[in-house]
Amino acid sequence: MNDVAVRFVTRADRELRNDRVRAAVRHTTSLLAANRSTALDGLADPDAVRDSAHAIRRRAIDTLPQLLDRWAARATANGIIVHRARTAADAVRVVLDLADAQATAGHSPVRIAKGKSMASEEIDLNDALEAAGHEVVETDLGEFIIQLAREKPSHLIVPAIHKSRFDVAELFTTDAGRPIEPDVDAEAAYARARLREAFLRADIGITGVNFAIAETGSVCLVENEGNGRMCTSLPRVHVAIMGMERIVDTWAELDVMLALLARSATGQALSVYTNIISGPRRDDELDGPDEVHVIVLDNGREAIVGTEFDDALLCIRCGACLNVCPVYRNIGGHAYGTVYSGPIGAVLMPLLRPDDPASRELSEASTLCGACTEVCPVRIPLHDLLLRERHRDAPGDASRLRRVTFRLWSVAWAHPLSYRISIHVVRAILRLSSRVPKLARRAPGWAGAWTRDRVVPRVRR
Amino acid sequence: MPSFEHESPALTNVLPTCLADTLRPTLAARVLKVLARHGVAATIARRTTCCGQPAYNAGYESEARRVARPTVRALAKSQGQIVVPSGSCTAMMSRHWPALFAGTADETRARDVAARVIELSQALAAGSAPPAAGDRDKPVAYHGSCHLERELGERDAPRAALRAAGHEVREPTEGYLCCGFGGTFAVKLPAVSVAMADEKLDSLSATGATTVVGCDLSCLMHLEARARTRRLPLQFRHLAEQLTVRGDE
Ligand code: SF4
Repeated sequence: MNDVAVRFVTRADRELRNDRVRAAVRHTTSLLAANRSTALDGLADPDAVRDSAHAIRRRAIDTLPQLLDRWAARATANGIIVHRARTAADAVRVVLDLADAQATAGHSPVRIAKGKSMASEEIDLNDALEAAGHEVVETDLGEFIIQLAREKPSHLIVPAIHKSRFDVAELFTTDAGRPIEPDVDAEAAYARARLREAFLRADIGITGVNFAIAETGSVCLVENEGNGRMCTSLPRVHVAIMGMERIVDTWAELDVMLALLARSATGQALSVYTNIISGPRRDDELDGPDEVHVIVLDNGREAIVGTEFDDALLCIRCGACLNVCPVYRNIGGHAYGTVYSGPIGAVLMPLLRPDDPASRELSEASTLCGACTEVCPVRIPLHDLLLRERHRDAPGDASRLRRVTFRLWSVAWAHPLSYRISIHVVRAILRLSSRVPKLARRAPGWAGAWTRDRVVPRVRR
Repeated sequence: MPSFEHESPALTNVLPTCLADTLRPTLAARVLKVLARHGVAATIARRTTCCGQPAYNAGYESEARRVARPTVRALAKSQGQIVVPSGSCTAMMSRHWPALFAGTADETRARDVAARVIELSQALAAGSAPPAAGDRDKPVAYHGSCHLERELGERDAPRAALRAAGHEVREPTEGYLCCGFGGTFAVKLPAVSVAMADEKLDSLSATGATTVVGCDLSCLMHLEARARTRRLPLQFRHLAEQLTVRGDE
């Protein structure tokens, strides 16, 4: 999926031709967008809640080092082992070492049950664990489907949004070695049985983190399937991976964030499960892991703090911006070629990987229509950030031809007289080319890009 | 009736926009006519070019500045409000010009002009109510362009203007979705752009109205080019065209 040598436009065109995927993505995103809008209307004053959510997240980013230290001190006092990972490789190393410790203790092969975690996708954790000979099972239904298909998630909260129940039945049939009907209940029943086994056998549970709470040194994890609760309570070791920006100061702040997260993501007032983990099992407790580790992942985030782009770090990964994005809705998540897709992916990737041209070019994946900005619960000015990224990157990244084109155009239009003349020239060209549509369709460059599927714009008197 | 150009001292100026200059040279005259009906005397701004948006949104700030500079300077000499028959250009001027010209000799001019620009339908809403129009009771589908609806937050004024003219205004489902034009986006990602146009055209067709009205020629040009390729029986008209009749220019 990560064919970075192929340009975004090529991947987008390829995904666009997949009618089944496009229909599935459009259908589900429309549903989620409508649910979100109804759920937000259910709040007494949604705009005020969003304003305060923005302020809470803004404060967190502005005081990030202090907040993380405060959280880490409390978490450590609670018995949580805190690891700071500067790079993806550092984070992977921590998990591999923990798995090795289990192997050394005689639990080999090490069995790992994973809850949904975009941070773990970001660092390609599964590949590393499997390469080391460990057994990994994704326990979120969508992630499980994606794992069987050997793909990456194509949506922040609905990882298998592009899969129909027929696709799922095929994957499950192969996994089961017996036919599983393309029926949602039959599929759910199979997954439930299969995953229960994984929970019971797991040595390590790995999950993401929605929010760390500095006040009490806790982490909060929301989910709908109960698999997260299993992963955090059944295995001997729980490892949570969090992006370093995913932190709030107090429980009161957490309350505001939770009020918006589920509503914006799925239209639920609250997720079915809200797990708060404040430490390993105490001596007087029956359930819970012996060890809790939290990996705080930087991987390019700290470098964004304090720049004109750092509103991107306010994101709570609700996925609302994907659902309303007309570009995402037509091409799906895989076209982006990166772990984060849709508007927030297009904003975040050029910031997380400023040295990677394939990430930088994602700021082009937008008409700047602003639908994303309108729905973002924490009021990230997504389309303004995309524009600023273009200002940062476009002149340097563009081909010589494109730079020269813009330059010539700007010189021609820098004076009213030459502007008038060029308008007449353009009108003449449009008139002529509309008379020879077949020829116009074969025009090179941008002209041909317009005319391939659209007629030449009509010039009127 | 180009005589409007010489009427003075009209306080309101109309910026024709580069797309209208290219595709609909008579649009500015129609804008004057509509404004006059709403009790606003206006004149067409002279010696202007473009607002610079095509380059600005593609990431080329200095090219955008070069193109917009004559427009800033010409408009800075005017007084009163500046009416622009495009939500997108209005947003460029009011929201982005101050930043684009910050630290240059034209900063004060850009700020002054930015504070005075107003999109056509907004100017109509601020003017006096027009006399009731005649045989205009046929339904129209309204395409709310992204920058008008979200950058400027203007949803009511164009619909109200159409209703005041006697039209039944129909809304496409999921009307907030972009038509797929997006300036250079339309040629950088042409297939995605066309897919977006198709989604929009399908929902516009489903309204049953055959006339689509919008406040941005860019969207209308894009939708029309795709609709004609698909041979859809839809007509696309700018608000100023819909509110005037042939000969009004
Ligand atoms: S950018 Fe905003 S809307 Fe998009 S996922 Fe993040 S919080 Fe949600």
